[in-house]
Amino acid sequence: MTAQVSTPRRGRFSGIRRGEGLAGWLFTAPIIVILGVFLFIPVLMALWVSFSDWSGRGSPLSPSVGFVGLDNYAAVTTGGGLPERNFGIALRNNAWYVLLVVPLQTILALFLATLVNRAILRGRGFFRTAFYFPSVTSSVAITVLWLFLFSTTGVINEVLSWVGINGPNWFADPRGIVHVALGGVGVRKGPEALTGGGFLGISWWEWLAGPSIAMSAFILMAIFTTSGTMMLLFIAALQNVGVELGEAGMMDGATGWQRFWHITLPQLRPTLFTVLTLGLIGGWQVFDQIYTGTQGGPAKTTVTPAYLTYQAAFINQDWGQGAAIAFILFLIIIFFAALQRWALRDRPVSKRRARQYQVKGKTS
Amino acid sequence: MTVTAVPETAAVAPPAPPQRTRRWAARARWGQVVLYSVLIVLAIIYIYPFLVQVATSFKTDAEATADPISLIPSVFSLAAYERLFTRSDFPLWAMNSAIVTISVTLGRVFFVSLAGYALARLRFRGRGVIFALVVAVMAVPSVVLLIPKFLVLNQIGIYNSYVGMILPLLVDAAGVFIMKNFFESIPAAIEEQARIDGAGTFRVFWSVVLPMARPALITIVILSFQGSWNELGHFIVSTQSPELTTLTKGVASLASGQLGQGNQYPLKLAAAAIMTIPVAVMFFIFQKKIMNTAEGALKG
Repeated sequence: MTAQVSTPRRGRFSGIRRGEGLAGWLFTAPIIVILGVFLFIPVLMALWVSFSDWSGRGSPLSPSVGFVGLDNYAAVTTGGGLPERNFGIALRNNAWYVLLVVPLQTILALFLATLVNRAILRGRGFFRTAFYFPSVTSSVAITVLWLFLFSTTGVINEVLSWVGINGPNWFADPRGIVHVALGGVGVRKGPEALTGGGFLGISWWEWLAGPSIAMSAFILMAIFTTSGTMMLLFIAALQNVGVELGEAGMMDGATGWQRFWHITLPQLRPTLFTVLTLGLIGGWQVFDQIYTGTQGGPAKTTVTPAYLTYQAAFINQDWGQGAAIAFILFLIIIFFAALQRWALRDRPVSKRRARQYQVKGKTS
Repeated sequence: MTVTAVPETAAVAPPAPPQRTRRWAARARWGQVVLYSVLIVLAIIYIYPFLVQVATSFKTDAEATADPISLIPSVFSLAAYERLFTRSDFPLWAMNSAIVTISVTLGRVFFVSLAGYALARLRFRGRGVIFALVVAVMAVPSVVLLIPKFLVLNQIGIYNSYVGMILPLLVDAAGVFIMKNFFESIPAAIEEQARIDGAGTFRVFWSVVLPMARPALITIVILSFQGSWNELGHFIVSTQSPELTTLTKGVASLASGQLGQGNQYPLKLAAAAIMTIPVAVMFFIFQKKIMNTAEGALKG
């Protein structure tokens, strides 16, 4: 963009800019071809498959493959059978995952960033490295480690036993944590209102079960592995926050918490937006962990839509349904990213708010 | 400790200002103690799992189950490593991962900087459209592409081959974006000079601009190395043959217990630990750079 401003406009084929058009296309040709062949065409093909009855044999473009309209989409959303129920369960699992992971990892990352960002802190580099390191390791390696830490005889249960808690068999426990908590106060069955009706083939009571204990272990893992990356984003933003406003706040007698809440946090808004969006987008894409760790078990409580597309297509050979689920997932992700953008948009300051900031008496 | 001392001395010496500063100092010192305690506890939580991982890989199966938490094996055993290297496909997986990662990284650095340069500097018709498409591509979630990728790789006949594993990973929209931003920050005058001296477009790019782009190139190298070494989904859908199994796929199959009975935690953790070494080495070499990468990415 800036280049256009600084270089004077000349005729297209004159002077030192001769041949740029051709060079431009040649330079971008590799990425255009690769993006086209491995991204654009595949998406179109998958879109076709999601409307077809292709069984996985031969080419999905051969004439023997039939067009079935929205049948595949209907099967997983209103079919009333197992596909619908599976999709409902996957959505339920992933919704709880996102609901817990996104806020927790954001808060933890912000907390770590404010701790580590102090200028006088000794060993800043060490702490940053420690918090960031889990983010560079592969999800497969971390999952293997997690399976060990959270096994029945693993480190977590060992630590829990020190305070007298008998830890669960984490990755084999399908009980939802909300149900477990309710069971603790004697509620073991849902009220008729919740068990009667439902959505996507599972009752409201099941929707409200919370993430299973197995899924909770994955939730902790996500927080552990992503908080470091997000901490870095917050550190960068914090370093751009001027100290003047904070000092002014200090003069006005604001407490540390007030300064953070009213002065620092509003300035972190763009970063907060980035972190929440990254969290939401990542949160709906859980796949590697499930593939490596539990393959959806126990009792389907760790199946996610991403894993379900893989399972439907590659294992059950139901390609149409797999592709349909993938596109629904795509819409979900776009929807949440857009919602995020809308919720955190730059609003004009309300009149009432604006008045608070006006200098009384004369205007400067 | 110091806090309890403050009121006593304050009672003896009433002048207000010193008392205030002293209390202030005591509170600040307490703040420091709390801050460091919190940080140290958190750091232990973040680091301990990895230490346990390495320690457990040297334990026997029985000890890994009986005493998961200790950092020093009671019997130092290399059985897990021996098994991995002599009686499993682990070396093959590692070699495949290395081949793919190195090819992807080299190719990506070249293609992405080429495109980034064109989009930042060369004026040609369609530039805006290409850039818009690249940005749009960044929005497509990768898990949505699992089935599509398989379909195309299969269709054009490179399923189950190195080509199919490497080619689709060669382009990374985020990389194009980073390079474009970087090239825009370089003053145009330098290239003009080279052009007046008679250098062609590629020559200007290759010998003048690219060497200046080292910081951005290192970023791309780190991102693509890490990305392709840790990639799992793409290899699941692009290959089937055991000869083409990468570390991620192989270790994932170990996790689900393919090498026989029992938990075999030392074996699994050893595999995961070795798999982490290359990215860890990369991380510690370029640590400063990586820490700034995220910051630069945000500002850009």
